[in-house]
Amino acid sequence: MREALDQMIFVYAAFAVTIISTLLLVGQSWLAMRKAEARRDKVKGK
Amino acid sequence: MHLYANPARFLRIAKWLTPLLLVSGLLLAGGAMLWGFFNTPPDRLMGDTVKILYIHVPSAWLGMGGWTAIAIASLVELVWRHPLAAIAARAAAVPGAVFTFICLATGSIWGRPTWGTWWVWDGRLTSMLVLLFLYFGYIALSGSLAREGQSSRIAAIFGLVGAINVPIINRSVVWWNSLHQPPSITTGGSAIDEVFLVPLMVAVLGFSLLFGGVVLARMRTILADIQAEARLRRMAQKADLKTSEAAS
Repeated sequence: MREALDQMIFVYAAFAVTIISTLLLVGQSWLAMRKAEARRDKVKGK
Repeated sequence: MHLYANPARFLRIAKWLTPLLLVSGLLLAGGAMLWGFFNTPPDRLMGDTVKILYIHVPSAWLGMGGWTAIAIASLVELVWRHPLAAIAARAAAVPGAVFTFICLATGSIWGRPTWGTWWVWDGRLTSMLVLLFLYFGYIALSGSLAREGQSSRIAAIFGLVGAINVPIINRSVVWWNSLHQPPSITTGGSAIDEVFLVPLMVAVLGFSLLFGGVVLARMRTILADIQAEARLRRMAQKADLKTSEAAS
């Protein structure tokens, strides 16, 4: 029983690393794209 | 291939494809992770840590796949001078590095309860760490060349030379003794039971779609920056011309 509980801590840690890293990557890429395209459209309008 | 060489045509396709890939990737990858986490039994030998399979394997695949994409784009850039190839290679570098990091981190976390150690300097782990350093080098090199407005050919050669590490990673568990298990999925079939294999394949597909969406988003970012800079340069040249005309 104790062994199974210990194993789950490693599973939680691995999932946390993956979820946080992936969401940061997707969020940063999406926001950077929106910002760059807004800047380009603003410059085009000048 | 040259059909998509036109940035305007690429942008028209990428505009609807980017959110489609990102949303479908998030849903599939998230669904596969939930499926693997809650609905698959413990493995006979590895116990509950087998659940790490659904994130470790897709990230390893994308870490190597990312560099393969860089190498192919570099070859296309060097041989056919495809205008989007250098942008595609640059766009694949950061997501490739992130998934390589996830692969190393989840592998290390998996190693502690199954092997009794966080890290060993064997062929598989070391060659994967080398891949992460190659990504860092490529990101620094291609970024600095782009900032200086120089040709990306040196980065393309680096991308091609670095590809030698990909087959080394793949064959490392066959060539050298390793704590890491030998390949479980080969062209000849799979040694993984269906109960683990199906969510694993869904996770690989989901993370791959997500990777594609991120690469497209980053390509759009680079293109938008190039277009804005070109426009600003033209405006500055016009302003200089007007000033010099007024002065004379």
